[in-house]
Amino acid sequence: MNDKIRLDSIYGPSGEIVAREIEGEIIIVPLTSGIGDMEDELYTLNETGRAIWRKLDGARSLREAAAELAAEFGAPIETVEQDVAGLVGELASRKMVVRIR
Amino acid sequence: MTPMKKAYATRVRSDLSPLWKGRRPLLSRLDIELTERCNNDCLHCSINRPAGDEDARSREMDTGFIKDLLDQAAALGCLTVRFTGGEPLLRSDFEDLYLRARNRGMRVMIFTNATLVTPRLAGLLSRVPPLEKMEVSVYGMSERTSLAVTRNPGAFEAARRGLRLLADHRLPFVLKSVVLPSNRNEREELGAWAAGLTGVAAAPAFAVALDLRSRPDPVRSGLIRGLRLPPREAAGYMTGMDRDGGEERRRFVAEHGGARGGRLFTCLEGGGGGAVDAYGRFQYCLTLRHPDTVYDLKRGSLREAVREMPPRLRRLRARDPEYLRRCGRCFLKTLCLQCPAKSWAEHGTLDTPVGYFCEIAHAQAEALGLLAAGEKAWTVADWGPRVGQAASTRTGRGEESGPCPGG
Repeated sequence: MNDKIRLDSIYGPSGEIVAREIEGEIIIVPLTSGIGDMEDELYTLNETGRAIWRKLDGARSLREAAAELAAEFGAPIETVEQDVAGLVGELASRKMVVRIR
Repeated sequence: MTPMKKAYATRVRSDLSPLWKGRRPLLSRLDIELTERCNNDCLHCSINRPAGDEDARSREMDTGFIKDLLDQAAALGCLTVRFTGGEPLLRSDFEDLYLRARNRGMRVMIFTNATLVTPRLAGLLSRVPPLEKMEVSVYGMSERTSLAVTRNPGAFEAARRGLRLLADHRLPFVLKSVVLPSNRNEREELGAWAAGLTGVAAAPAFAVALDLRSRPDPVRSGLIRGLRLPPREAAGYMTGMDRDGGEERRRFVAEHGGARGGRLFTCLEGGGGGAVDAYGRFQYCLTLRHPDTVYDLKRGSLREAVREMPPRLRRLRARDPEYLRRCGRCFLKTLCLQCPAKSWAEHGTLDTPVGYFCEIAHAQAEALGLLAAGEKAWTVADWGPRVGQAASTRTGRGEESGPCPGG
């Protein structure tokens, strides 16, 4: 579990990126400078990342998102919570998502 | 779901093709000619009109039209737009259009002469980076040689100021130039200067085979003909003999060579790019302005244009007997710049051989050892062994698609 990410928090896409869904792929395009490691790079998400990203709407808590995903995928809630915290931690470190509450 | 040990997010660089495992987006890249007008009056340019040309300005796409076009492009999956011209920075709404493209999640390539780059614009591009290297045209290393090409007093200093601003803001750019009689001795100097500016030793990209005007203009096209390098000299720049003994070029012929047959468009690919001219007409590429190959976006959507154009172009067949006798049977298509757009510019048709490009292709082939002196490539039936190609790999070659030799 990512220690810095609390599952009761609500996260949403940062205003410093544009997320696009093209032919089933989610592509995160930096909008402002300082996002990611290199300014000419885009980011894509793996299958797990895509499923979680679609739940990061700025309204659900991470715990709620994880519960929905666990039900949808028939996966153990502990595993899903680890994935949710892992993805959010990774994207937050790149300023691609922000904590709303 | 299973716990993932690896990263959830993966960086992707400019080539996105590995992403598309199934369907590709309908449109991957769009060139938008924001204006045909330019503050320079470069001798060799295939499109520039005077900056103050009110007739041209009044017919250009307005801000709302271009914003809607950008929205449509994004909806089709487009990830890169190129703003070109003319000089795109002549438009007073440039920043607005740039931000629209970036806010829709597209990377923006700006092709400019840099003379109109201001501290304000450089600051904006620094805060909201284009995510693509800018392309900057530079035609001389001195006021004298620059003026001989741009015919715009002050352009040399203005461009240097603009490039310094880009460098100061750490905005990546590449220089693009053209080998002309007036600057052919400055190529190395330009390369060294560019490396000093950018901190990268990348050589500027030089065009060597000039296109004629892409809209009918016999006077300006005549001027351009007079600036063209002799075919053998042009071929010398293109073969890369000084770089790798021509190896890369030979390999290119081996991999993609073959005759065109009667098919006119050998460059079409699925999920490809497109272009829109300054007046809102969709074209397959920016230089292809033949009326039969454009789609008026004031009468239909970008989606319709992108869907309709490639099949329409694929159906087009060459009819010119000389084209079929020569180009249709010539295996040098990867060395030759002949294409419907060049034929249109030179002859007002889609399928007339362009003698200048044919001579350059043959001069390259001779230098690469693929043809004997005076030999014509369309008379060589079994060309595979000449490029080191096994017979089994040649079966069925000829009318398949390949990359554009003109880049």
